[in-house]
Amino acid sequence: MTTAQLVIAIIGMTVVSVITRGFFLMSNRELPLPHWLMQGLRYAPLAALVAAIAPEIVMTNGVLIDTWRDARLFAVAVGSAYFVWRRDILGMILAGVAVLLALRLGLGW
Amino acid sequence: MLGPSLGMSAWALVTGVAMVKAGLPVPVAVAMTLFVYAGSAQLAALPLLAAGAPLWVILTTAFCVNLRFVIFSAQWRKYFGHRPRWQRLLLGYLAVDLNYVLFVRRFPKPKPAPEQWPYFWGGIVWNWLSWQAPSLLGIALADRIPTEWGLGFAGVLALLGVAYSLLAGRKTWVAGGVAAIAAVAAFGFPLKLNIVVAIAAGVAVGMVLDRWIPDAKAEPST
Repeated sequence: MTTAQLVIAIIGMTVVSVITRGFFLMSNRELPLPHWLMQGLRYAPLAALVAAIAPEIVMTNGVLIDTWRDARLFAVAVGSAYFVWRRDILGMILAGVAVLLALRLGLGW
Repeated sequence: MLGPSLGMSAWALVTGVAMVKAGLPVPVAVAMTLFVYAGSAQLAALPLLAAGAPLWVILTTAFCVNLRFVIFSAQWRKYFGHRPRWQRLLLGYLAVDLNYVLFVRRFPKPKPAPEQWPYFWGGIVWNWLSWQAPSLLGIALADRIPTEWGLGFAGVLALLGVAYSLLAGRKTWVAGGVAAIAAVAAFGFPLKLNIVVAIAAGVAVGMVLDRWIPDAKAEPST
């Protein structure tokens, strides 16, 4: 992407932040919370997050990995186990990164 | 407030590093953290920016990741609805997850009260600083860390943690699983449309499951 395109994307994302956070604050009249929004809210953020990260975990250069010797898989497994144990995102990141670095630098995975 | 904001600062550091590792020029990364000010949306947008996805796909993704704020805004209105519009929009824009959670815990009754204003701004300023400072530090340090170490992956782990915390019951597991499979299966689609396909698939499956298997207890209304 060119710098100009990146700047436009950032302006757009800033507008998205303002619109979503101010959604029901914009109007001077009180608006009822529509039912479809409540329903979509339950799944859309989860789906968007998962969609963004799944390819980053199991694909390399746009192709599904065909080896288990990939540091990312172990980082995710250990990080996930930590999250189940403690329900702590910070600890999960640290545990996952520790495994990632150990396998990358130690075994070259 | 210190415990949770420490965790958030670490996440901000990760986001700062991840932005530069994804290939954003430093000034662009600085502008992104200062103006967009939405960690999950920023991290989710990084692979799309790196791949040159079209603007509408990037903005759709950011919008969906930010949808929770739409609900928060309805709640903020109950406390600050009497303020002028520019103040409402400013306070809405600056109020992120942690502010919301702490404020609602401190003022469970959704009614305006004079002591809310200083409490609100104290939280807002503190949160902004404890996000922006480590994020800028991450941007500054990113180039000293070799790319082969894969530290940008810390951003993926952070988002995965947020995704886990959104899981509530089997239906969300199924919806999330479908979205993940769709994102990978449709990866070859042009324009990073796999993200849009995956969001649509996840939401559709979730809503169909809602119709088939009603919740045992009613959803708490926000």
